[in-house]
Amino acid sequence: MKPLMKKNRKGHINYNKWGYLFLIPFVVVFLVFQLYPLFQTLHFSWYTYYEDTGLLSSKPVGPDWCGFANYIYLFQHSTVRHFYLFELDLGKIEINDLLYYAINTILIWIEGFIPQIAVSLLLAVWFTHIELNLRFQRFWKTVIYMPNLIMAAAFGMLFQMIFARSGPIINTLLQWGWIKTPIDLGDSSSWTHVIIAFLNFLMWFGNTTLLLMAGVMGIDTSIYESALLDGASSGTVFRKITMPLLKPIFVYVFITSMIGGIQLFDIAQIFTKTTGGSQASSYTLMMYLFSLISDKQNYGQAGALSLLMFIVTAALSMTVYRTMHPRPNEAREQATSYRQRMKEYADCPATIAERGRNAMSASTEKGVR
Amino acid sequence: MATTALPRRVSKSYRIQLGFRRAGCYLFLAVLAFLCIFPLWTLLINMTRSKGDIEATGFRWWFSTFLSQNWTKCFNDNHLPVGSALRNSFIVSLCSSVLACYFSALTAYAFQVYNFKGKQIIFTFIMLIMMIPTQVSALGFVQMMRTWKWTNTFWPLIIPSICSPVIFFYINQYMESILPFELVEAARVDGCSEIGIYHKIVLPLMKPAIAVQFIFSFVGTWNNYLVPALLIDKDSMKTLPLIIAAVKASDPSSFDPGKVYCLVGISIIPLVIVYLVFSRFIIKGMTAGAVKG
Repeated sequence: MKPLMKKNRKGHINYNKWGYLFLIPFVVVFLVFQLYPLFQTLHFSWYTYYEDTGLLSSKPVGPDWCGFANYIYLFQHSTVRHFYLFELDLGKIEINDLLYYAINTILIWIEGFIPQIAVSLLLAVWFTHIELNLRFQRFWKTVIYMPNLIMAAAFGMLFQMIFARSGPIINTLLQWGWIKTPIDLGDSSSWTHVIIAFLNFLMWFGNTTLLLMAGVMGIDTSIYESALLDGASSGTVFRKITMPLLKPIFVYVFITSMIGGIQLFDIAQIFTKTTGGSQASSYTLMMYLFSLISDKQNYGQAGALSLLMFIVTAALSMTVYRTMHPRPNEAREQATSYRQRMKEYADCPATIAERGRNAMSASTEKGVR
Repeated sequence: MATTALPRRVSKSYRIQLGFRRAGCYLFLAVLAFLCIFPLWTLLINMTRSKGDIEATGFRWWFSTFLSQNWTKCFNDNHLPVGSALRNSFIVSLCSSVLACYFSALTAYAFQVYNFKGKQIIFTFIMLIMMIPTQVSALGFVQMMRTWKWTNTFWPLIIPSICSPVIFFYINQYMESILPFELVEAARVDGCSEIGIYHKIVLPLMKPAIAVQFIFSFVGTWNNYLVPALLIDKDSMKTLPLIIAAVKASDPSSFDPGKVYCLVGISIIPLVIVYLVFSRFIIKGMTAGAVKG
């Protein structure tokens, strides 16, 4: 700890009041621009409050207290959707809008997240692998992280152009004779959300790789070296050392990605030209919220949807916080379990010592060269 | 070296196997790199192609000659005020990242140098709110801005960045690891005011951390679509993402892909260049901020 001015000691000036003063801008802006609007949003959810848009003018209705009416509307309002799986017709089903949009959002997230975590884990392990010793690492990292900084709206627009009915992909496929008639991949009930998920994957796998790499490199290298000496195969090292020690960062990546997935908006909105694609199959929760606020101008229902999203994201953030800041006794338990695992590992017989020795001399030889 | 004295057990087959694995890794990396670079390359190429060429043939590998025509069309479209959008985006991003960095560092300074009641509680609270997206309070925010008559101004896009928990968190950690408290005390003895210490000693020391966070903040604001979309509908105040979103509204017969590629290029390329120049620091900063010990 840093030496700090003691309070109530004679002859010393108390500087600590300055601390409060310097916190004022941050805290005031938070209270005024985040916390108050949040309460305002939640407050609206109990009221009938919308713009009654006529042909020429619009007039606000409410706010009038209505209890749970907005929530009931969200949970009851349903539309008949025609489901397709590529060419296969699955028939018409009436489904609740909110549920449908939630399923869309989560489906897009999962379709993007599974390849993202698999590829990122693979790359993180490869980049930090002693034996493999991959070259040009800075180049690879620079390239795979680049899409993360690109404007999502512009990225969505770029791919909308590329996948458009008269765009280069369809043109090429027609030329090759893979398809007979042009199709609109931005307005298909099966393809659109796969493409959006792919764009999400492309934007985020570099970020996840770098995070996981930082996690892997944070692991004490002596653990790897001793494992290598004991002749552990890279699969064993991965399962017994890397994965358990990576767990906190893994949870962090998983949940922050999920929070981001729930908020998916820019790409889907621009790529599908705000429609959500055919049968609104790529219509996300955020797009629903956006249309409630700015198109339908139904502030009561928008408030109710915001509250539901707030509860989900708050619960998820709480989980992240608990993983990153474990309680003292939990931290001790974790440390004990790691130590236990290390001991078990040390006890296990070096079954493939030959291979380990090979690995060691291979890597040192490389170092000499 | 000592290791060479060890019995050489590296079997040939093992080395061949390792070589194959390495080749596989490079192949996989090359595919991923292709996926990342190819869309941008297509963008660059198509910025230079004419409407007819783009619609007739799919991909081309090399530049054409229509860049200047597409460029002029892009800037002269009355429905798409690209010039003013570029200026607006730049102003908003610059102002909000300056504010975000200055006040986040000030908040971190308050936490690192002073010891006051409730410090731990406030810190925990900031950590908790860090994850909650601002989108869930968007409705209340928009309503408040409407009552304040702040819609179609830049204030609601700039002022809230003073409270940026993520930037604060990163600078706070950096400060914790490098700021020597003796320096602050020495300055006090020499009669420097508290805010003077912040300006003259702490801010210069924080330069590396602030530079990285400035870039992240700039990129974040530059790319922000949702909040401006909710608050701004006057053409002259629109930022670049809004202009891109407005493209769909234009008439299909007058739709010119070359022009739109140019517009997308204008919004992406400046940041890509900045990224490529500073990539080493950005990548380092990105991982250092997110992973704690």
